[in-house]
Amino acid sequence: MTTIEYTRGDFQSDQEVRWCPGCGDYTILASVQKFMAASGIRKENAVFVSGIGCAARFPYYMATYGMHSIHGRAPAVATGLATARPDLSVWVVGGDGDMMSIGGNHLIHALRRNVNLKILMFNNQIYGLTKGQYSPTSEVGKTTKSSPMGSIDYPFNPMSLALGAEATFVARTLDMDPKHTGEMLEAAYAHKGSAFVEIYQNCNVFNDKAFIALTSKDDRDSNRIYLEHGKPIRFGQDMEKAVVMHNGEATIVDAAAVDETAILIHDQTNMSMAFALSRLSHSPTGPTPLGIFRSVDERGTYDDGVNAQLAKAKSTKGDGNIDDLIRSLGTWTVG
Amino acid sequence: MSTTIEDTEPEALDKVIIRFAGDSGDGMQLAGNRFTDASAAFGNDLATFPSFPAEIRAPAGTLPGVSSFQVQIADFDILTAGDEPDVLVAMNPAALKSNLADLRPMGTIVINTEAFEERNLAKAGYTENPLTDGSLNAYKVIEVPMESLTKEAVKDTGVSGRDVLRSKNMFALGLMAWLYSRPLEPTVDWINAKFGRKPEVAEANIATLKAGYNFGFTTEATKNSAVTVKPAKLPPGEYTTISGNLSLAWGLIAGAKAANLPLFYGSYPITPASDILHELSRHKNFGVRTFQAEDEIAAISASIGAAFGGHLAVTGTSGPGLALKSEALSLAMMTELPLIVINVQRGGPSTGLPTKPEQSDLLFAMYGRHGESPLPIVAASSPSDAYESAIEAVRIALKYMTPVILLSDNSVATGSEPWRLPERDSLPDFRVTFATKPNSPDGEFMPYVRDPLTFARQWAVPGTPGLEHRIGGLEKEEVSGNVSYNSDNHQLMTDTRAWKVANIANDITPVAVDDPDGASTLVLGWGSTLPVIKAAVRRVRNEGHPIAHAHLRHLNPFPANLGEVLKSYDNVLIPELNTGQLIRLIRAEYLVDAVGLNKVSALPFKVTEIEAKLLEMI
Ligand SMILES: Cc1ncc(C[n+]2csc(CCOP(=O)(O)OP(=O)(O)O)c2C)c(N)n1
Ligand code: SF4
Ligand SMILES: [Mg+2]
Repeated sequence: MTTIEYTRGDFQSDQEVRWCPGCGDYTILASVQKFMAASGIRKENAVFVSGIGCAARFPYYMATYGMHSIHGRAPAVATGLATARPDLSVWVVGGDGDMMSIGGNHLIHALRRNVNLKILMFNNQIYGLTKGQYSPTSEVGKTTKSSPMGSIDYPFNPMSLALGAEATFVARTLDMDPKHTGEMLEAAYAHKGSAFVEIYQNCNVFNDKAFIALTSKDDRDSNRIYLEHGKPIRFGQDMEKAVVMHNGEATIVDAAAVDETAILIHDQTNMSMAFALSRLSHSPTGPTPLGIFRSVDERGTYDDGVNAQLAKAKSTKGDGNIDDLIRSLGTWTVG
Repeated sequence: MSTTIEDTEPEALDKVIIRFAGDSGDGMQLAGNRFTDASAAFGNDLATFPSFPAEIRAPAGTLPGVSSFQVQIADFDILTAGDEPDVLVAMNPAALKSNLADLRPMGTIVINTEAFEERNLAKAGYTENPLTDGSLNAYKVIEVPMESLTKEAVKDTGVSGRDVLRSKNMFALGLMAWLYSRPLEPTVDWINAKFGRKPEVAEANIATLKAGYNFGFTTEATKNSAVTVKPAKLPPGEYTTISGNLSLAWGLIAGAKAANLPLFYGSYPITPASDILHELSRHKNFGVRTFQAEDEIAAISASIGAAFGGHLAVTGTSGPGLALKSEALSLAMMTELPLIVINVQRGGPSTGLPTKPEQSDLLFAMYGRHGESPLPIVAASSPSDAYESAIEAVRIALKYMTPVILLSDNSVATGSEPWRLPERDSLPDFRVTFATKPNSPDGEFMPYVRDPLTFARQWAVPGTPGLEHRIGGLEKEEVSGNVSYNSDNHQLMTDTRAWKVANIANDITPVAVDDPDGASTLVLGWGSTLPVIKAAVRRVRNEGHPIAHAHLRHLNPFPANLGEVLKSYDNVLIPELNTGQLIRLIRAEYLVDAVGLNKVSALPFKVTEIEAKLLEMI
């Protein structure tokens, strides 16, 4: 197959992008289009499937195949597509409400099955499209249109949830860091199986500055903990902070106060470590890990499993013959 | 018919109705099925009606725990499992109590006497033992100490513990085989095939089967009661005995083959539809992918994904599951993707009566979606008809790029009948062609360009270079398929989608009327009432009254000639196992003053019920 040289423009559809000016979705769209152009994926083989929400408008803006389905069901639609067509590169896009509220069931089942899907959850910690109700990732106490006295719902921790659902690839990135977003997309694409990528996304209309701790010039360097496989976890403006395990929990310490060897070396194949790191930040008001929490290659994908069974059945039983099948219970002849 | 009764020559009957009834652990379904197969092999026509308890573990010996299997065998083409059994096999008091009322006057009861002890009698609510209190005097009772005879039969086979009494259903079966001159070989072969890996179990079952047969042959109790039902004169052809879930599954495979597409089946287990999933999952070598989803919403959603990917996508369920699929079904409607949605109806609402027949989802299939969302509906009318109905649903879905609802019900799904098989190599060919080229002057692919005749849009599957496009649930602009909030466009698209479905009326077989005598009363049915309506019509005609019958496979749209047909009769009777659903559609569509005959009592119609209503009307 000849490789085609694409530019970002090749992945831009002719539809006018209709998000609010300043919305984090624009940056993510650009990151994805850029990644696609560089990825080597042929345009006709990429499919973007989404649910409903601001984020879920995404497929209309990609010049690939796409389906804007119904609220919450994109992981299920994509599961069917990827199972039927393992030759395709199937991407799922949705918001925090879409994927963790109405579609939470489909998300966890897609993850545990390890369907070869790349799932991008744009987490703005709010329902954007319906104009600003709290979401299952909104912090307790949040005042919104539907919670005038503050939300009393305890939020999900998306990283912990994905890990608990047996996801084989779990990562987090940030709309305002396109370079890191690109790296995460690349790693997700390279992973065989479901890859869950949470992308913190600013909704400047209904939940502005939710991620300010990670984006403001003043705070971002002291709060972004970039995880890199095989490297000690250090962060801060001068790398003065570190993560250690203390009483079984990931804990932030002054790097100077601990022995160099006590600093946690990130191991993305270690589930317990991934989970401990996922607990470091809930709503990101302080130091927050970004990067690949978990990436393991130990399980086959669902779609491969299904198709391997088909191939096996064909090789042992031969191609099915319908005339024989309807006679398989035994027949008798009259006349 | 002249019959001579001799010691050696069994009396010939033209038909007999037998009901096996026992505790759900007694193996009555198995005994009934084996009896059916032996009769089919013998050349009888037959029809069955299995009835299961809803709870798998209803307490043993109680009334809710009773499971039964009714089969009618005949030497002519019968249509139903019959109204009143001639023979009741009662394995315990609860089985006797819950089935006795159905037995015909002077009918025969075969009783497993050892189960009629105090505890079991109490569990069934008997205060007196019916074997001794004279309450069975009006029947012919054959008392059999089945448990000790079974123990005796298996004592040299090496089975022990619970396996010993497990084969007592074979005793009952053997006895019935004697009584009705069924051959034992088909059952022996079946046992050997089934228990090949456990020879001692096979041996025990065969020994018990033969013991039951010999018991009939030798004892006083059954002397002169051996009768036979001669082979039926069915139309020439090759036959098999089939249940509706299997033939429906096979019809889907056949439809996929006719379309030259791989089959994708997404489903979440639910009675009585699960057997379709089970059956399809066994046939991966036909290119069948089955997906057991996390719920019915995921099942249909995944099927929509597979349809987008170019597979023949099917999702199957029963009533409660159809409710869950409703939103996604509208998506499939809006995206105009081919999809088959099977609803094996059961008694509702809510969890209702999961194992009982009802036709109460017709209006739900018709209207159970938000927005203006008309869909074609096809209904299977018998176990064998489910095969053809499935192929028809596939044909419509692919030709018109639309979801199709395929209705079955518990009677079709779990009942069985002889099926005259289609000839080899007779499968239709409706292979689909995917779009391969752009379809607009500027070299773009426009997903909502329509075929001028069918109004179907083109199916362009991912992986096809140059045809990249997006579809979704937001209203589509005609031709381009771009999102559109334009008011004229919404009117146009709504009208177009409705017209596309309505137009299918011109592409389906006109409804055929069976009216040999120029009747003035028509009975119109749909779905699983076909056999019972046919039987009632036959009786009424035999009594000298002309009567016409028409049966609908297509419930939406109706066949183009239906209005004309209805208007050519003075009276129209519509029997349905619901409170009147087809009748509403018919009255609304044709302004015909049809009369309903309705029943929702967890049972199929009796022939006599429809017969009586018809006699009252003519
Ligand atoms: C069945 C159904 N229920 C409710 C809605 C309304 N709805 C649309 S999007 C949405 C939530 C969107 O929030 P999120 O998924 O976080 O996406 P965002 O808009 O924030 O990107 C809701 C409740 C719907 N479209 N369908
Ligand atoms: S409402 Fe929020 S999430 Fe939606 S487009 Fe506007 S800024 Fe973006
Ligand atoms: Mg959101």
